[in-house]
Amino acid sequence: MTEQSATADQELPVIARFEVRRRSYLAPDGKVLRQLPAFAADANVLRSLYRGMVLTRTFDLKAVSLQRTGRLGTYAVSLGQEAVSVGVASAMREEDVIVPSYRDNGALLWRGMKMEEILLFWGGDERGNRSSGPAHDLPYCIPVGSQAPHAAGVAYAFFLRKQPRVAVCLFGDGATSKGDVWEAMNFAGVWKLPVIFVANNNQWAISVPLKLQTASETLAQKAIAAGFAGEQVDGNDVIAVHAAMADAIADARAGKGPRLIEALTYRLSDHTTADDAGRYRPAEEVQARWKEEPIARLRSYLVSQKVWGKSDEEELVADCQQRVEAAVERYLAVGPRAPETMFDYLYAELPRVYASQREELKRNRHGRSDG
Amino acid sequence: MAEVTLVEAITLALARAMDEDPNVVVLGEDVGVNGGVFRATAGLQQRFGADRVIDTPLAELLISGLCVGMATQGLKPVGEIQFMGFMYPCIDQLVNHASRIRTRTQGRLSCPMVLRTPYGAGIRAPEHHSESTEAMLAHIPGLRVVTPSSPERAYGLLLGAIRDPDPVVFLEPTRIYRAAKGNVEDDGEALPLDVAFILREGRDVTLISWGAMVKETSAAAEELAADGIDAEVIDLATLKPYDEDAVLSSVAKTGRCVIVHEAARTGGFGAEIAALIAERGLLSLLAPVVRVTGYDTIVPLPRLEQEYMPSVGRIVAAARNACQSG
Repeated sequence: MTEQSATADQELPVIARFEVRRRSYLAPDGKVLRQLPAFAADANVLRSLYRGMVLTRTFDLKAVSLQRTGRLGTYAVSLGQEAVSVGVASAMREEDVIVPSYRDNGALLWRGMKMEEILLFWGGDERGNRSSGPAHDLPYCIPVGSQAPHAAGVAYAFFLRKQPRVAVCLFGDGATSKGDVWEAMNFAGVWKLPVIFVANNNQWAISVPLKLQTASETLAQKAIAAGFAGEQVDGNDVIAVHAAMADAIADARAGKGPRLIEALTYRLSDHTTADDAGRYRPAEEVQARWKEEPIARLRSYLVSQKVWGKSDEEELVADCQQRVEAAVERYLAVGPRAPETMFDYLYAELPRVYASQREELKRNRHGRSDG
Repeated sequence: MAEVTLVEAITLALARAMDEDPNVVVLGEDVGVNGGVFRATAGLQQRFGADRVIDTPLAELLISGLCVGMATQGLKPVGEIQFMGFMYPCIDQLVNHASRIRTRTQGRLSCPMVLRTPYGAGIRAPEHHSESTEAMLAHIPGLRVVTPSSPERAYGLLLGAIRDPDPVVFLEPTRIYRAAKGNVEDDGEALPLDVAFILREGRDVTLISWGAMVKETSAAAEELAADGIDAEVIDLATLKPYDEDAVLSSVAKTGRCVIVHEAARTGGFGAEIAALIAERGLLSLLAPVVRVTGYDTIVPLPRLEQEYMPSVGRIVAAARNACQSG
């Protein structure tokens, strides 16, 4: 650059400035960093969030052991990210719609999906996705990021019908590299739709670290180009996640448009049970991140406030284990489906040409080949 | 009853559907003020408002993905993709979401959406505006694929598609958007989505086609009639699911079959029909099944596109050949 053009640049007016804020309340050791939001004064609310996270972890770890013993298919663990799932879902209302990714087990549990249903889905049976959660919720999205336009479409339906409802879309850091997420945010910005995008930034997309995913300083700032605010929260601080979501959802419900919440966390587990994270990241890194995990953090705070004690903890752990074991028993007791049921929900009404294929399947199953 | 073009029949059906059901919304690029690049949505935004006739950002994946999200909540979105050549970003949404959400939630959610797009060659359009990749779409389980060949069928089939509780890709033959005219009664009567149309009954040979090629196929039948060959013409109209019975009963009668499509030959939908006949109609055949199709080339730019497309002459020759055997 010549001296002359440098001077000219300095005279160009700044036409826009942006900022991204970061929200956190609890330090990794549970110490309070700044004044807590009002809801945190209610110990019952915090204990409820804590229970949700512990149940999620208990369930996740059991799911892994089921997979390791051949009783479950590939499973995406949310170890270390429980505060994102629970903080997000706990800020929603029943009539809102969650649009989840494949790792949001804790959020779906909170929304009312039963543990045996989650296991049934990952155990290879679509019946799990019938879900006892809200009937309008979307199921797990397996392809990365392609659920984001659905969330915008869901929010558009609320907008058109003038319903005070909000769509909440969860995806990972990897998904923010996809056009799907951008296209959805862009549309949501144009129409000021009631949708909250949650980027669960666990910093690894299988083996690809965030720095190879984007040169953007934060993921939250990706909202700015779409014309709405993005906020980064400490995703291991469930109070921060819940508070950020409660604010964003209240604004969206009031017609103030979308928001992007980047929840900065860390994937303490392998990507899924089919992955070996030891191939691409050092154990020391993971070890260090264990010091920041969300469950111990909230427990430290609750203990410091004298609203949680050893007997509470023992009772909770036993209760979670008992509930998970009971759910596993119910899951393992689910009987097989008749194979021809694979046709049952292909269309509202099965076209006659496929009805004959269903009969063919039945005949084949009974060992009578049709030719 | 008024004489309208095929594209005007589309507009009539859209207006009728929007009028009778507040859940129907139209979305796409330029569908609002501009009424769509082919004017298929002309006047709809003025009549139904910008909230129900949505000018979307220029993003095809988004259009299809919005349709899926809207449809899960009970809206009946009708998305428009300006040309089939630009719909490929939608394939992910069609394969991974629209077609399977009913199955993967075991009926808890469904996807009553329509994705409309003009397709096919012969309008001297720029590159990427001429392909016919309907077979690719017809391969997707859980989807319906529909293509009209006249204003009457455009009206009835589109109404049927919009009212259908499952996802439908509605392929509109660009070449006959305005060339095809017909008397359309705007009576709200839908046509069924899995019944073929016998346009001409005949004894000697079955000619099967769909979309714009029905025009050449029908003209070929007239030419054959002058030669004393009595051709039956079937407009398949719905490719997924398709009317297997209509194909098989016609071939049982004629013993000869010529399948006409402008899409490339290999893996084209004609192969599916030929396979059906080989499996279930072989013994009634008096001659080999013949396909008259586009070549396995990239659709050429306008200077050569007429050479690529099946012509009346090619269809007539193939049918004569078939009638000489057996």
